[in-house]
Amino acid sequence: MLRINCPWCGVRDEAEFRYRGDASLARPEQSAPAAAFAAYVYERDNELGWHREWWLHVGGCRKLLKVTRHTLTHEIREVSG
Amino acid sequence: MIPGPGRVAVGMMTDPKRPIRFRFDGRTFRGLAGDTLASALLANGQQIAGRSLKYHRPRGILTCGPEEPCALVELAGKQGREPNRPATMVELYEGLEADSQNRWPTLHFDLLRTSELFARFLPAGFYYKTFMSPGRAWEYLYEPVLRRAAGLGRLRSSGKAPHLPAEILHDHLDVLIVGSGTAGLAAAQRLARRGLRIMVAEEDSVLGGGSLLDERWTLWRQAALRNLEALPTVRCLTRTAVIGAYGHGVFAALETLTGAESTRLAGLRERLRVIRSRSVIFATGAIERLVAFPGNDVPGVMLAGAALKYLRRYGVAAGRQPAFFLNSDEAYECVFAFAAAGIKHGTIIDVRAGSPAADRARALGYEVIHRGRVQAVLGRAYLRGLRVSAGENQPLRKLKADCLLISGGYTPAIALATQLGAEPRWRDDIAAFTAELSPALGQLAGAARGITGLAAGATDGESAARLVASQLGQEFGADPPATTLPADPETAALSPLWEVPGEGKSFVDLQNDVTCEDVRLAAREGYEHVEHMKRYTTHGMATDQGRIGGLLGSAVLAQARGLAVSEVGQPKARPFAQSVPFAALAGAEAGEHFKPKRRLPLHDWHESAGATFVNIGLWLRPLVYSQHPGWEPVLNEARAVRSSVGITDLSTLGKIDVQGPDAARFLDFVYANAFSNLRVGGARYGLMLREDGMLFDDGTTSRLANEHFLITTTTANSAAVLEHLEFQLQANWPQLDVQLTDVGDHWAQFAVAGPRSREVVSSVVTGLELSNAAFPFMSAAAARIADVAGRVFRISFSGELAYELSVPALHARTVWTALLAAGTPYSIVPYGLDALNTLRIEKGHVTGAELNGNTSADDLGMQRMLKKQGDYIGRSLAQRPGFYAPDRLQLVGVRPLDAQRRLRNGAQLLRPGARTGSLGYLTSVTAAAAFDGWVGLALLSAGRSRLGQRLVAASPTHAENVDVEVVSPHMYDPENLRVRA
Repeated sequence: MLRINCPWCGVRDEAEFRYRGDASLARPEQSAPAAAFAAYVYERDNELGWHREWWLHVGGCRKLLKVTRHTLTHEIREVSG
Repeated sequence: MIPGPGRVAVGMMTDPKRPIRFRFDGRTFRGLAGDTLASALLANGQQIAGRSLKYHRPRGILTCGPEEPCALVELAGKQGREPNRPATMVELYEGLEADSQNRWPTLHFDLLRTSELFARFLPAGFYYKTFMSPGRAWEYLYEPVLRRAAGLGRLRSSGKAPHLPAEILHDHLDVLIVGSGTAGLAAAQRLARRGLRIMVAEEDSVLGGGSLLDERWTLWRQAALRNLEALPTVRCLTRTAVIGAYGHGVFAALETLTGAESTRLAGLRERLRVIRSRSVIFATGAIERLVAFPGNDVPGVMLAGAALKYLRRYGVAAGRQPAFFLNSDEAYECVFAFAAAGIKHGTIIDVRAGSPAADRARALGYEVIHRGRVQAVLGRAYLRGLRVSAGENQPLRKLKADCLLISGGYTPAIALATQLGAEPRWRDDIAAFTAELSPALGQLAGAARGITGLAAGATDGESAARLVASQLGQEFGADPPATTLPADPETAALSPLWEVPGEGKSFVDLQNDVTCEDVRLAAREGYEHVEHMKRYTTHGMATDQGRIGGLLGSAVLAQARGLAVSEVGQPKARPFAQSVPFAALAGAEAGEHFKPKRRLPLHDWHESAGATFVNIGLWLRPLVYSQHPGWEPVLNEARAVRSSVGITDLSTLGKIDVQGPDAARFLDFVYANAFSNLRVGGARYGLMLREDGMLFDDGTTSRLANEHFLITTTTANSAAVLEHLEFQLQANWPQLDVQLTDVGDHWAQFAVAGPRSREVVSSVVTGLELSNAAFPFMSAAAARIADVAGRVFRISFSGELAYELSVPALHARTVWTALLAAGTPYSIVPYGLDALNTLRIEKGHVTGAELNGNTSADDLGMQRMLKKQGDYIGRSLAQRPGFYAPDRLQLVGVRPLDAQRRLRNGAQLLRPGARTGSLGYLTSVTAAAAFDGWVGLALLSAGRSRLGQRLVAASPTHAENVDVEVVSPHMYDPENLRVRA
């Protein structure tokens, strides 16, 4: 179980948060082709290593956090609001 | 001299002045207070304790701890009979009743032993190659026979399961110390002095670990425990096994209560502890391991360390004519304990050439055979003797013995550390793996780190404490005054001892009956990797988790493959480290408390009105205001709505308040249809898509002011929609000036629906004109309702003229009661979820049954709602050609040709006469209020082009085929005349 250091609430259990996916992706502009949206919705690199991802603190301040987590060891090295 | 085990001395744990009577396999025995069932059986000369899983070989007691693989008994208790309890862990109490397992009719005469005659056909994995044909034999022969023969214990229900208390406690610590041997206690003392919050978790019933077995350490141990007890920031828990290490400082431990504690706490038997700790020290010790030789499972074979424990703790000798098969000096402690108990003769078979401990043993009167090996065991039901070889080119000797104490070395207990990613490291000097943990996470200390000796362990515990303290940002002060630790005896090196080959079965896993031959078979069949060998043979997969035979199995595999043991490794250890009762994991959240219950503000009123409730998500909602089963009460409610007026409680709807200068812009983005052009005082049906273009949620959103909207969502999606909006706002639109507030619980909401609804609502609403012209369909406004400030919405889910009234939840009862009173002249009825469903299905309104995650707007006929200009979530992928394929499942209505026939949800739609080739399925069905018979909604391939077609609704599970006609889903008042009245 992860423990995430929410900048507003302190260290909390993973159960208080909702995972919201890859935070390194930017939503394509309206004018972008369908292929860009398909990549945004469906394609992921799934790399072994550090992953920048969104976690929403639904059981607390309800702020959206950017967390850097290692996909193998689950170590968290950075949390930003 | 009476052969066999028995009580020869006074033990540390047992009180000779307090005898206890207990029963085993129907016979009454006497033990002492402080005994375990195992020590008491041995004290009574009872060596055999059960029959093995596959071959039904007689088995004795192999260990003195939780890793016991053989002596698994069935315990009779207040909750019925409990199988598979290790006799070594059952603390004796007056009147205890236990039985051996896996034998019929008796332990000593087990007919199922005949399975051993078929042993040739029962090697590891035999079930992958057998029981194939004939297939039908599975049902009447193979399965019943296998079910009876398989497994060790029997699960017998004693009728209704009693509801015992259970408890999960949460601990927050600076350092968790697992194990209370010299390393653990030394580390605890050092860390405790810094004021850190420490917990020492010891799985044994007493603190001290290995120091309990050496009298020289008594004073040190007692002083250490006194020091720790005096500190409020330190807790030492016994009977508390850490069962899993989950990372991020999270651990789970199972604390077992004593009988007395349990009685005091209303039957609480164990508690789960969820520990969150900044660091950890694994002072988990090392576990003695098995040696493989033919007959190493015969009752009377015991681990040397276990025999030592039985002597010291319980005063019980494993036998009076002991033989020992050892490869290390540490194991000789067992010999010295026998000598101290007055048994000064016996034979030690040591695989090494010589050692200080061997010399000491010889001086005490034991015979030591150097470079010796046990070649075979004599005896079946109990050990009678051995055949040993004494070095190269020596003839075999026959020895008489009534117990054989074996030790193959000590395997550091690193399972928990490896769960945190610690790398196993092979150590030649101990012929075992230790592990190295990342310092950021914690330390290993003592025997777990491959350190031998109690004094060396204590020193190692101190240095582990120093490292942990520095990691936590605490430096140690000056060293404490040096206490003289009892010196560790000088020892010679260990010599690896794995297998002595020979005729007969040599076991590597005694609980699952896995032999060395099975391991070699696995390698031959291609299951060479240790993880494959494990699963093919089931080695290490029983409750003992391969603790004593795991490394041995790897060594046999290594030898078969011509590799070093270090190259083969061991299977990955995962939680739980020992069996955990489900009740402990569930804690108090079982039965009624498995999930929270959400009650409507008017719950009590609904209950007293005779409602039958349904559990939807977490909500308790009135289904129908009747305790009678069947459709009649439901249809009465629905017909009342269609003919006059009804009232229903919709408070569970999700409601999200959206305010700010950019509120309209934000709604345009999250909804597929436009909201920025909604007039103030207007309400509009909104469709939310997912980014992949599928329908996500629908609801009615109202504009209360220029910069103030109120979103409603379906009950089921209320949390998901709120999260979705909060995510979008913060991730994609952080620059917008918008505030979202969840107001779902703030407002109670009722629908008053039916042709007379305007009269009813008008008589309780003030401050708002409700004529059709002043307040047309799809309007929203603030008003006073029964003199309570609230809101009125003119929207309709039922298809009748209707209003939804929203008031603060605190005033729900006042307003509801006022509406009922106002509705009395019109025979107003409360209606529940069933009637609501009937009404909306007749009207063709969709719910989650149709918004099932796989439907697009076009599928449900709502493609015209998608806005042409401007970006919104799902816009791009909603245009994909696949969504417009002609054969897509489209929303239609369905009516049976025969009004007497009912419809079933999930029934498949087929062409008449067809047996296969489903064209779609029914999503929502109901007995109709406005029509004769039943109606339903369905998703049908190319549905919109099939209006008027006749199909068959087939439900094989109900053996029903119903002829139906495909119709428009808008069955009731398709012109919407009634809602606009």
